[in-house]
Order: sequence, then structure tokens, then C-alpha cells
Amino acid sequence: MSAAPDLLAPDLLVIGAGPAGLAAAATAAEQGLHVLLVDEQAAPGGQYWRGVEAAPAALTAVLGRDYAAGRTAIERLRRSGAAHAPATTVWHLGRGSAGLEVGLASGTRAQLVSPKAVLVASGALERPFPVPGWELPGVMGAGAAQALLKTSGTAAEGAVFAGTGPLLYLVAAQYLAAGVRVRALLDTTPAGALTQALPHLPRALRRSAMLLEGAGWLAAIARRTRVVRGVEALRIEGTAHAEAIVWQTRHTEGRIESPHIFLHQGVVPQTNLSMAAGLTHDWHEGQQAWHPRTDPWGAASVPGLFVAGDGAGIDGAAAATASGTLAALEICHQAGRLDRSARDAAARPHRQALKRERALRPFLDALHRPAPQFLVPRAPETLVCRCEAITRGALEGALALGLDGPNQLKSFSRAGMGPCQARLCGLTLQGLIAERSGRSMAEVGYLRLRPPVKPLTVEMLADLEIAPALEDTDAL
Amino acid sequence: MPSERTADAVVIGGGIHGCAAALNLARQGVRTVVLEKDRVARHASGVNAGGVRRLGRATAEVALSVAAARLWRDMPALVDDDCGYVESRYLKVAFTEEALEEAERRVAILRQQGFAHEEVIGQDAVRRLLPAANPAILGALHVAGDGAAQPYRTTQAFRRRAEALGARIQEASPVTGLTRRGTDWRVEMPGGALTAPILVNTAGAWGARIAALTGETIPLEAHAPMLAVTQPVAPFVDAVVGLLDGALSLKQYANGTVLLGGGVRGRAYPDENATELDLKGVGRFLSAAFRVFPHLRNAPINRLWAGIEGYTPDGLPVIGRGHAEGVVHAFGFSAHGFQLAPAAGQVVADLAMGCAPAIDVTAFAPGRFTHTYHSIRQDSANARAAAT
Repeated sequence: MSAAPDLLAPDLLVIGAGPAGLAAAATAAEQGLHVLLVDEQAAPGGQYWRGVEAAPAALTAVLGRDYAAGRTAIERLRRSGAAHAPATTVWHLGRGSAGLEVGLASGTRAQLVSPKAVLVASGALERPFPVPGWELPGVMGAGAAQALLKTSGTAAEGAVFAGTGPLLYLVAAQYLAAGVRVRALLDTTPAGALTQALPHLPRALRRSAMLLEGAGWLAAIARRTRVVRGVEALRIEGTAHAEAIVWQTRHTEGRIESPHIFLHQGVVPQTNLSMAAGLTHDWHEGQQAWHPRTDPWGAASVPGLFVAGDGAGIDGAAAATASGTLAALEICHQAGRLDRSARDAAARPHRQALKRERALRPFLDALHRPAPQFLVPRAPETLVCRCEAITRGALEGALALGLDGPNQLKSFSRAGMGPCQARLCGLTLQGLIAERSGRSMAEVGYLRLRPPVKPLTVEMLADLEIAPALEDTDAL
Repeated sequence: MPSERTADAVVIGGGIHGCAAALNLARQGVRTVVLEKDRVARHASGVNAGGVRRLGRATAEVALSVAAARLWRDMPALVDDDCGYVESRYLKVAFTEEALEEAERRVAILRQQGFAHEEVIGQDAVRRLLPAANPAILGALHVAGDGAAQPYRTTQAFRRRAEALGARIQEASPVTGLTRRGTDWRVEMPGGALTAPILVNTAGAWGARIAALTGETIPLEAHAPMLAVTQPVAPFVDAVVGLLDGALSLKQYANGTVLLGGGVRGRAYPDENATELDLKGVGRFLSAAFRVFPHLRNAPINRLWAGIEGYTPDGLPVIGRGHAEGVVHAFGFSAHGFQLAPAAGQVVADLAMGCAPAIDVTAFAPGRFTHTYHSIRQDSANARAAAT
């Protein structure tokens, strides 16, 4: 982590080096802003372009043209003059008495910096998929399975893929293309989903190339492995490790032995930072997720804070590049580097790209909306909060006492209090309360998150290095 | 138009003190309504450190605290739930001889008052009780038989017991006005009003605002004491540990997590129900924690938070009848009210019913901060002196 004085109080701090963060950091640095781009990973690229700089040609061929494009985005960042701090976590984002306050951690050091503007480009995470046995070793998200492929080129032989959503099909297709055996794909897309999605199809046809690509994955999967459609229930068996997955459709059921189960039912914005920063969020019914409220430039409800990319709403990598650029242009405008007309002229192609990419989303959202029984598990023994080992049954007990808000349920049951900071259970808790109370997801709301957004040690926090701008607050 | 009397007592504030007062009032057949502006246990009652200690109390508080400790040992009898209460030792350790000498003086004063629960122990005893602690610790102020409980669960248990006894708890009901109607108080809130002869103010950090609505000025500041909890670490301590010459409170739960506090304050925004951490301040009690237990340096912090609490100028709570008729105040517990609640609830109910409470609470008189109060006390002291 750089400790150069101008980086303790940069003009812009970008959080996350995926498509949105890379585009934003480069755009702002090219306009002359002091930009610090911080990222958890050792190399830039985010989830989408994970490991792209180091990936061998054979792997890049399997992962496709859009993946390879990440190299161009990273080269642009390197030329732009933006400082890049890899392997750096953001554990705090808030307002101090002297402005924005961001807690960074790298190695054994923690710092508090005070940027003039912050862009949160923290991307997406896989939606929780609570079924009995999902906590067993050997069970992981399809996105995590893809990350393994991208970083180390390793893939698990004989895995079962289960769930719904483009990423599930993409990763299964990539595994097959890499010559890896896949036991089966258990598709949980609800029977009526296509009917629900059809009204959105005409708009989606504006991105027909992407639709065709998706159809291509499905065809490739169906040719080379067993596909079970209409799966309505899943259970993973095993004692110390996953051993088999048991599935059920309306008419039939089966059991497939495999130590590798890849679950996936879509991605949701990674809102832990934006929530911790106290930003206003709105419930997005189509995506069944919270979106930080932003204006067309990505400006959020706290002055100086912006959100772009999938962290603001799931629109995909191309849209993230566009929304990251738009946010950077507005930040440059506010910093006096671009006048209004220059900003608007530069923004035009990115606005158009964003519109084009977003045309596809309502169709995909409707088609892959998870079935209710996979959002809120039915079996009482299913773990909802894995960190604290709280089952649906235990939560029912607390709900029966009248503790019917997410914070009340959390405080009483401890669900959501563990190290994952509710990333694996927050939406399930909310869904359970909504289901039991008959209230809407928006009415129920999300639980309050406590810092640190990412863990750091007692000593790191005790020895916190504080930017001079923030030290001055004592004098106020 | 005179409004009909809708309750015998209205309790303002659904924290642990409000719920405990309601429980004790309802037990005597008093029709009681608790008005909570947010949700029960939303603030200090739900997010405090859960310490159930007599150790280190201001001398004026010891009698109330000792009475409360007796009730804590049998919580199921009181609220039908053990509240997660676990009995443990408390130690306030010292790194300097001066701190230990001061502790000795304190123990001597308590002994004179008839309280024998606190004692000073030496270096060997500390090493035996806290084998993982810094060997440089010279001794400690020690008490056996205190403990810790789960604050949110405890407050909910008081609430449920109060409801079972007939009290009504009304959440999302902020009080906007208090007016006298004959011998009753009219309590206004958005969308309605209640009328009752007895008004109990257990509004915590908002207690002075409620007092002001009755025409009484009581000094109170809202602060946000901060706490931290680690991820689970191997078991290393079964006592609650504090510092005699520094800010620290530390305990390890059965699940391995370690709670760290010490009263260091963040920023409180009572109007917005919001707090902000002072991260530099957090560092102060974290450093104190690994000064006592060096291996804690590497423990990962899981959560940091602060709760909104009301502090009085002298750090003692306000418990007593108000200036206006029918009013009883119990707030401003200054970050050490959780343990007192079971006993304070009885005292408040006694005061509300016009009885003399079993425990003397004159040291907590709401009027003690006013000039008049002090001149009257001085006059009577002079009169007593003159008479002898």
C-alpha cells in the first residue's frame, strides 16, 4: 500500500479493480486526478477478468474473447497514472467529522484515509443458496468454481452443477470446453419462468448476440452431459464432506454421487460497503436484491460517494465499464477538470452502451428468478446462518416470540453476526420474515451491518495510521 | 373535553428499565402501557456489554447493585428465562502500586458500609486466575459471584414477562407531548393519546427530553460508548477482566468470541438514532486489551459498534419522583444500568405507587443538580450540625 502524502487524501479512491473500477480509475487519472485504486486481489481484473494477465493462452481460449479483453482494460489503467494498491481490503467506509473516511488494510497495516470522492465498485456476489447440506466442504458456488479455473486453471472432475442463471450455464460450458467431465446439470429454473420472461424478450433482442451466446452454452451442455429440468427440491448428503446430491422434480427424483457440488442461483450486488456507509438502498423486485440509490452518474445518497458496476445493480461487465466511466466523468466534472459540455460529450457513447446492455436484463431476471423454496429453505434443519450455525427451525422459534424485524431477529438469534457479515444469510433472513409476516421484502428491510466490513486484527486497528486530514479533527 | 383514563401508568421508554418497571407495576395489578419510540431494546439495553457486576460501583450504588445481584442469580423466577446469565469472577487488574493502593482504600470503605464482596488480590492469585495474562500485572480488585448476560435477550425476557402479567407494550410510539388533565397526564403521540395518573420516564438517553415535557430540567448528555467483538479464539479466560488504571472491559463467551469495551465514546446522534465510531478511540481499549492479554494482538475483529446512552454530570443514575405530580424518573444510568435493572424496576414501581422503596435511592434524586436542591441540603445539614 502506498503511503505517498497525496494518496492519504486522493481526489478519488476507487474500491474494486473489476470492469467498473478499472474504467473509472483510468478515466479519472487520464483527466489529471490523483486516483488510488484499491483491490483485494493480488492482480487487477475483479471476478470477471480474474487472473487475465497471467492466464496462459489455452485457458484464455476456453474463457473466451470477452475475458481476454480484460488485458486492454488493465493496460489502460497502468498507463493512466492511477496508483493501484493490490491485496488491500476496505474495512470501513463512512463519514467522519472531516469528510469521507475510508479504512484500508494491507498485510499487517491498517490506515485511515480521507479521499475527496469515493467510487464503490465492489461488484457482485453469488446469491445465498440455502439447501440442506450446503455448508459441507465440497459444495461451492459456481462462481467460486470459475474463480478456481481462472486463477489456477484447476477444475474438479465429475462435479454436479445445480441451480439457475447465466453464470451457472457459462461455467458448466467452460468446464466442458476445457475437457472436464461434468456429472449433471440440475436446472432449478421454475416451469413458468419462460412465460414470465417472454414479455421482456423483444427488448432483449437488442442484445441478440448475447442471447445467442447463452443459447450456445445450453446446447453445448445438453450435448455433453445430463441435464435435469424442473428441479424443485435439492439436498446435499455427506458427513464430513459432500458425497451426493438428491434432487426432485414434480414427477421424479434421483441421487447423484459426487464430492463436488456447484450451486448457483444468480448474483446480487455486493452491498456490504454501501450499506455500511449508510447509503440509501432500494429493493429491486426484478433482481430480488438491494440496489444503492444512485443518480444517472452513479452518485449515491451521501455527497462524494458513487457506486458503479454490478455493485449498483446487476447489468454485467460491459455495462460496468460504462457506468464506471460515467461516474468518473462526473467526479472529474465536480473536481473542475471537465466542464459540463465536455463531460456530456464524453458520456454519450457510454450512456448508449449502458442502455443497450440493460435492455437484456429484465428478460434474464425474469427467466432466472429463483423459486421461492430456494430463496427461503423449507426444511427446518437447513442452516440459514452458517457462521453461527442457525437453522430455519431456530429462526422460527425467535419469530414466534414476535421478533419480526431483521435487526430484532439478528439480535435475538445471532444470525448474521458472524465473520461473513450476513453475506450468506442476510437476504434469506429478510425473505423468511417477509414470508412469515406477509410483508413485502421492501417493507421488511435489511439488517444493520457493523464494521469492519472485512476483518482486521486487534493490533492493526490499535495501531491505525491516520491520514493528517483526519487527525486534524481533534482540533475541531 | 376531558379524555377518559386509558391506563393507570404510562412508561415512556422500552429499554430494560422500562420493561422492568412495567413488569413490577403489572405484577401489582397496575394497568401499564409502555411506549417505545423505536423497538424494544433498540438502543443501550440491547447492545451493551451485558456485564452483571457489583465490582467497582460508586458507593451510592452498591446497595441497589447488591440487591440486583440477588435477583440475577434466579432470573427464571423473575422473567421465566435465564437471560443467558453466566456467573463469573470479575477482576480489575493493576499495573501500578498506586492503583492497587487505591483499590485497598476502596475495599476498606466498602467494609465500613457492611459490604464484603470486593477484595484486593495479589500477583500470585492473578496469575492463577488469569494464566494467559501479562505477568507484569501486580494485583487486582476481585469479586466472585458476579456475571454476564445477553442484553437483548434479557430485555426481551423482561418485556415478555411484563406482557404476560398484563402490561401492554406499544412500539414505534414516540411521545410528542405531555400535559396535565386534572389529576392525570395526557400522553400524546402520533395518531393518538393516552391518559394515566402515573408517568414513568425510563427513556434512557432521551430521558431529559421527556423530563422537559413535564417541566423539569435535568442535565443529561448522550454519548455512544463503543464495543468490539472478535472472531472465535481458543478459550483463555473465564473471568470478566477490566483495568484499574485504564479503560477496558473484556470477556470471552462460550463460542470463543471476545467482547472488548471500556466506555470509550464514539459520536452519538440521538435525533437520528445514529452513532459513529471514533476509530482512534477504539484503538485505546484494544491496546489495553492486548496489554493485559498479549496474544489478543492477532485476534481478528468481527464487529464494532456503539450504542446511545444517557450520562449524568456525576455519573449516577436519576431515580426518583419528579418535580411534577405523578412522575417517576429512572434514566441516565451512565453506561452501568443493565445490572441494576431488576432491582431498579422494583424501586420505580414502589415510587410510582407512592410507597417508600426498600432501597434508599436519595443519592439519585432527580433534583440533585439544581441550585435550590443543594442549598436545601446544605441548610438541613447546617441545621443538623447546629442541633448536635
